Amino acid sequence: MKHERLGELLDGLDLRDGMCVSFHHHLRNGDKTLNLVMQALHERGLKELHLMASALFPVHKPILPLIKDGTIADITTNYMNGPIAECLSNHGLKGSLTMQTHGGRARSIVEGDNVIDVAFIAAPAVDKAKNASGVHGKNACGSLGYAIEDSLYAKRKVLVTDNLVDTLEDPQIQGDAIDDVLLVKTLGDAEGIMSGTLKITKDPLGLKIAREALRLLQALDVFEDGVSFQSGAGGISLAITKGFNDIMRERGLKASFYSGGITRYHVDALEGGLVDKLYDVQCFDDAAIESLKKNANHHAISASNYANPNNANRVIKDLDVVILGASEIDTDFNVNVTTDSYGTIIGGSGGHSDTAEDAKLSVIVSPLLKARTPLIRERVRTITTPGKHIDCLITERGIAINPKRRDLLEKLKDTRLPLFSIEELMAKAHAFTGKPKVSHPGDKIGVVESRHGSTLDNLYKKGD
Amino acid sequence: MGKSYVAGTLESSDCLITLSPADKLKIEIDTVVHEAFYDHIKTLIEKTLAEESLENVRLRCQDQGALDYTIKARLKTAILKYKESEDG
Repeated sequence: MKHERLGELLDGLDLRDGMCVSFHHHLRNGDKTLNLVMQALHERGLKELHLMASALFPVHKPILPLIKDGTIADITTNYMNGPIAECLSNHGLKGSLTMQTHGGRARSIVEGDNVIDVAFIAAPAVDKAKNASGVHGKNACGSLGYAIEDSLYAKRKVLVTDNLVDTLEDPQIQGDAIDDVLLVKTLGDAEGIMSGTLKITKDPLGLKIAREALRLLQALDVFEDGVSFQSGAGGISLAITKGFNDIMRERGLKASFYSGGITRYHVDALEGGLVDKLYDVQCFDDAAIESLKKNANHHAISASNYANPNNANRVIKDLDVVILGASEIDTDFNVNVTTDSYGTIIGGSGGHSDTAEDAKLSVIVSPLLKARTPLIRERVRTITTPGKHIDCLITERGIAINPKRRDLLEKLKDTRLPLFSIEELMAKAHAFTGKPKVSHPGDKIGVVESRHGSTLDNLYKKGD
Repeated sequence: MGKSYVAGTLESSDCLITLSPADKLKIEIDTVVHEAFYDHIKTLIEKTLAEESLENVRLRCQDQGALDYTIKARLKTAILKYKESEDG
């Protein structure tokens, strides 16, 4: 059914207290769909809803009153920052907060651990056969990877669009599965959809970390034909991606694939013949969207085909190298990207622990100090990714290899790279900062869930 | 009274120290690393003021995660400005 009024659509749905509604985050900080729908559910007096959003951003601040008054009881998400994250860290919520991974979210939907009653899927273009694409329209966001399982497994699937077209030749969501289409004035705000700050870091420490990472990858003989590589959109990661491309070009090598969130540096590699395929679960900039439109070897993939641990065909099971960040890392190599050292939620796994587990080599890059707060702790405040899946840590003052990776240490035994134990790196940091006082957590508000569905750690309110 | 002496900035990893005359010593510390380093920073400031024999001042430290040597350098600069003007 096609609807032009949200009220008319909602009249036709089986709305109940406690129901689970889902959203994807491809419109990032430009998303207007989640707020629109949640406000309407609030106005209808629904209570104790389970909000399953693949991520929450500062733009979603208007739903704060719904969390406070119990309209939303439970939240399941893979990443959050901004006012909602701060509010939950300080005050908690009526029900529970579950922080998943990108692959774990897909797994839990496919396997029925989470049953979505209604999926509201923001779609930048929808055709008459209810097919949807993310690459066309004024609010184009590129890949719709994180929404694909919602579009297949929710009990009721609603596409929300501001752009109806006759036909789409390259749909990412198949119309057969879709129940309803809702036409709205605008899905989002294009300025917030594209990440504004996709620039290689200019910070000399960041550039040094990037250089050391590339030196380490060379010492480990990573560069060869057919290598596969993933890195994020942070300033240091981008410097590494560009440097990775440069080395591949100099040596006349070609990679098999780059995966994950795609930027213009990934597109440069594809168009420069340095990599065979891009597997794109999220476009971070305009260059990525344009490439997805025109390059046959740039593939949009679903979250399940990206990282679902029980999907035998997931892309990252063949991943050789992943470059990841950290808010904290401890002497067992456990990594926290969910909270800061004091308990405020600042992010979440996203694909962090999916890729760390699957990739043959997982490399953490981060400054040793971030405004006096030391990166390395005796124990991280929150475990996002278990240390057994982390292989290397690169800081501006040295490199630590997880002692469990004796094969790597053996390979590096004649290296001139600045190798230290992680305890030595922690001591170097403490020599500058002094030893930080450990802050004590408050009441439990939720859990960090591993990609396989087990509880990895608890989330607590900020202590005093 | 009323005049204040300033050193430092509010950039990340720096701190802004403001000194003004007062009847007795009063220290205010506002820091982004309160949970982990408040006591440490307070001790450092008290020790530095004692070394400089400065007592009757109001001191405000707006800290953005500065390391000890930065805090100390900013504090000593503010103290120098204070002494040149107030004692001179």
